[in-house]
Amino acid sequence: MSQLVLRLKAFGNSELAWRFRNSPPVIFAAVVLIVLVFCAAAANLIAPHNPFDPATLNIMDARLPPAWIDGGSSTYLLGTDEQGRDILSTIFYGMRVSILVGIAAVAFSMTIGVALGLIAGYLGGWVDTVIMRLGDIQLSFPTIMIAFFIDGVAKIVMPIGMREEMRFYVVILAIGVADWVQFARTVRAATMIERRKDYVAAARISEVSGVRILLAHILPNTIGPVLVLATLGLGVAILTEAILSFLGLGMPPSQPSLGTLIRAGNDLLLSGEWWISLFPGAALVLLVLAVNIVGDWLRDVLNPRLR
Amino acid sequence: MISLLATRLTSVILVMLVVSALSFSIFNFLGDPVNNILGVNATLAQRDELRVALGLDQSTFVQFWRFVERAVVGDFGVSYRNRQPVVDLILARLPATLELVFCATVIALAVGIPMGVYTALKPRGLVSRSLQFGSLLGISMPQFLIGMLLILVFSVELRWLSAFGRGEVVKLGWWTTGMLTTSGLKALIMPTITLAVFQVSMIMRLVRGEMLEVVRTDFVKFARARGLSDRAVYLTHALRNSLLPVITITGLQIGSLIAFAIVVEAVFQWPGMGMLILQAIEFADFPVMAAYLAFVGFSFVTINLIVDLIYLAVDPRLRAK
Repeated sequence: MSQLVLRLKAFGNSELAWRFRNSPPVIFAAVVLIVLVFCAAAANLIAPHNPFDPATLNIMDARLPPAWIDGGSSTYLLGTDEQGRDILSTIFYGMRVSILVGIAAVAFSMTIGVALGLIAGYLGGWVDTVIMRLGDIQLSFPTIMIAFFIDGVAKIVMPIGMREEMRFYVVILAIGVADWVQFARTVRAATMIERRKDYVAAARISEVSGVRILLAHILPNTIGPVLVLATLGLGVAILTEAILSFLGLGMPPSQPSLGTLIRAGNDLLLSGEWWISLFPGAALVLLVLAVNIVGDWLRDVLNPRLR
Repeated sequence: MISLLATRLTSVILVMLVVSALSFSIFNFLGDPVNNILGVNATLAQRDELRVALGLDQSTFVQFWRFVERAVVGDFGVSYRNRQPVVDLILARLPATLELVFCATVIALAVGIPMGVYTALKPRGLVSRSLQFGSLLGISMPQFLIGMLLILVFSVELRWLSAFGRGEVVKLGWWTTGMLTTSGLKALIMPTITLAVFQVSMIMRLVRGEMLEVVRTDFVKFARARGLSDRAVYLTHALRNSLLPVITITGLQIGSLIAFAIVVEAVFQWPGMGMLILQAIEFADFPVMAAYLAFVGFSFVTINLIVDLIYLAVDPRLRAK
């Protein structure tokens, strides 16, 4: 326990912590991010209504405007949607789905990218050439286009009964596969430098297996830039998921993400019921903006070239 | 330089091979060309006959080669949904998307570059700081939300602009343009802005970063020591050297503009290629999907190649090698 305290103290005195304390916008973004993640994680505890329990929904309450506009009700702070669901509550639940998909997609592409990057950098030769060539080819396409195609094809190919419940995984797969290249490139470059160092030679002489050298010795030394990439990638992944859902290819209405909610409200925009789509939209922008600010800051602080 | 061109060309061929293989798999393994032509009510004998006639009894490799041969002359078969040749569908939708992408690129450059220069030269000013924050907002905001906000303000509240469609279009041969009529131009305004916001933010940040680096270099100091005016130092010497990466990124971004156009077209019911592919996915229209993939792949590769050539033309250091 005391060791943990010591470590925390050491972190508090580190340059990273010092820089954090001295950049108010980043502190603000971090606080916003923590609040949003808390609202999402505790959605079932703090949401004023349960939007997915049909028994509590009343169709007479459908399309109510926000509480401060004429006709609004104080029970529904941000108004209600077409089915009479409380917008604020659907945002909490939707944000949970958005964040989960985003994190899972980044974790997925990070795993593929780091694994391939380690292999390419350590083995070199034709394995390296094949992997990096593949990456080059993929990079000549925008990630959103790749995710769009994987998702679209998967949607058609899957048996109809499984489509809805599998959407979550399909979306994660589509976004994850679309984004592995930058992880692989970063890790490969770092691995190529690390593998020539003495500690790797020492490990080899002690007959440590190649897999163990890669995972236990080289990987920890390449992880810094990977984490920065992951933070920046999270913003992109959440946005990509929102775009797929908005186009009707992402999360289904039975398990809505913020993008799905915006799509549902889009049809009602022209009749002036803006709150159904724009409040989830605002939540999405706030979330991505906070992630991007923190990610940008991390990149600047951890990048020695910019100091 | 010739070796550089050779590596570029091999990579182009490699990419096109992969793309056509994917496109072929969608067309051949997901779709069923026989059902496509005969419909589901044909007899078994008819099917077999057509199968032989189409060469579907041949090996996959031979079929792939034939697919490529036909694709090169623009034959991607017939759409499942409306029974028209796929290439006609794409050509009919192409102008709408290209006009949108073209206008967005022009706006992105015309607005993004000056904003980048300004924020680099006066980094501490209030305007620069708000532009910096605005650009962060610009890259954090999904296109559909920008489009919806514009529709809410200019179509629902103010009733100035129509929320969907291209307006009146004029036919020039097979090309249809909305840029020659008032309603066509008015219809272009909101989709163009929606598509351009991300690009403007990106180019602004890029130019700013490059300018900040170039301004520190010796040749800029020397230009200043020669007593040149600020205008000459910054706009002629510094900006020119900052624009190299802008060429690359702008070129590469045209690819993502085509991708993001899918979203913008969905918001504004813009009858372009994006709407075409969305409908194709909805109705499992495999020939259209295959053709779209091949077409988009080809455009990306061509754009990348052109960007490389421009780069070669403007950067003397590359030519010298």
